[in-house]
Amino acid sequence: MVKKKKTNIKDDRAMLSPAMKMADLVNLNYHLLGVLSRLGVDLGFGEITVGEACRRHSLNVGSFLLICNVYTYDDYIPSGELLFSGAPADIVKYLHSSHVFYLEHELPELERALEKLVAPCDVKQKLVIDRFFSDYKKEVENHFAYEETVVFPYVETFSRDCREQGYSIEQFEKNHSNIDEKLCDLKNIVMKYLPEVCDTVLRNDVMYHICYLEEDLGKHTLIENNVLIPMMTRIEENETR
Amino acid sequence: MKHGNRVKVLLIIPSRIIARGMEGVFHDLGEFSVEGILTDLSRTSEVRLKNMDVELIVVDPVIFDCASRASGRSRIAEYSDAAVVALQTVPMEDDVWRQYDEVVNLYDLPPVIIKKLRTVLANRSETPKSDSQELSAREKEILVCVAKGMLNKEIADLYNISIYTVITHRKNITRKTGIKTVAGLTVYALLNNLIDANSIE
Repeated sequence: MVKKKKTNIKDDRAMLSPAMKMADLVNLNYHLLGVLSRLGVDLGFGEITVGEACRRHSLNVGSFLLICNVYTYDDYIPSGELLFSGAPADIVKYLHSSHVFYLEHELPELERALEKLVAPCDVKQKLVIDRFFSDYKKEVENHFAYEETVVFPYVETFSRDCREQGYSIEQFEKNHSNIDEKLCDLKNIVMKYLPEVCDTVLRNDVMYHICYLEEDLGKHTLIENNVLIPMMTRIEENETR
Repeated sequence: MKHGNRVKVLLIIPSRIIARGMEGVFHDLGEFSVEGILTDLSRTSEVRLKNMDVELIVVDPVIFDCASRASGRSRIAEYSDAAVVALQTVPMEDDVWRQYDEVVNLYDLPPVIIKKLRTVLANRSETPKSDSQELSAREKEILVCVAKGMLNKEIADLYNISIYTVITHRKNITRKTGIKTVAGLTVYALLNNLIDANSIE
């Protein structure tokens, strides 16, 4: 444990900072493009800094940096200071818009690509793959729905200084289920087991979608587990003291 | 021991000094050859682990965080069939050590270490190991049962084997195919013509 922690990046000075130019941020890690659009920060920002961009979009700069750090550095563990400077409401806003993005954009895209890919397969094969995908989609929808109806409202109410009875972020921590297994299964099926009639270019297209989604959902979960939960735990502890 | 046919060893040790030391122990004795050293089990390391085909892994369990330490051995088993020996650099709960095939202490003398490792490998060769990456006939049978929605107990009764054996087969199926869920295995079974669509549900 001790040794593991040491290898994690903990030094905030070496990380992203408010004085950085927005353009450098994207040059450093283009995966942040998705993050920016989900936070409502459009491209075309010219030479402005991260701090300025956050001011213009009324985003807490601490929250913004926390999200960008998770996306940029593997094994990132946020420092206590940065966690304290961020606002849970911003994190929730981000998580909510990425839910919307997954449900309205990424999953339908993947579904379309998959449908096109398996079109030449026989009826039974298509049926079983369709069913597998819709099961997966349902699982994701249920997972998100719990967060949207229970966890996020709790965080929002809490942030407005009125503690809701009967729930704590600890319950979320305990109940936070994994939804990555089926997606990983789908990746293996598409990569290894679909019949030869399936087109290679279309297969790659589906693979790119799956890998992107897998990676992005992974970061999404890290933001929940390593940012939102410790942030709320801290605030709850302060409250009860 | 066999000449020119040395036992391939992989070290998963975060401390470079300790890893070098272990390497030295193996180098002096000659019957083991260190094929690689990993400092953690990150995603890239996992891929290397999977493709290395070593017979013995020496791991320092500090690479696992507190929560996952107790299941460290099975995490490695997902990627490799090799015997796994723990290297004890710091004290940990008994449960952590018990899961490994053997425990080597930082203060063990080189001959003691080698002796322990030989015993592990000797015991290991007695248990059948699945060396092929393709599913065996029995694994396919079990997979069909799983795809049809049968429980481990029912499968064990059907083939007159223990539940433990069923679980081992299921682990091997997942390790080989990369598919974890029952729904995923059902798709696999159908695509490979192991079942027909009518037998689902």
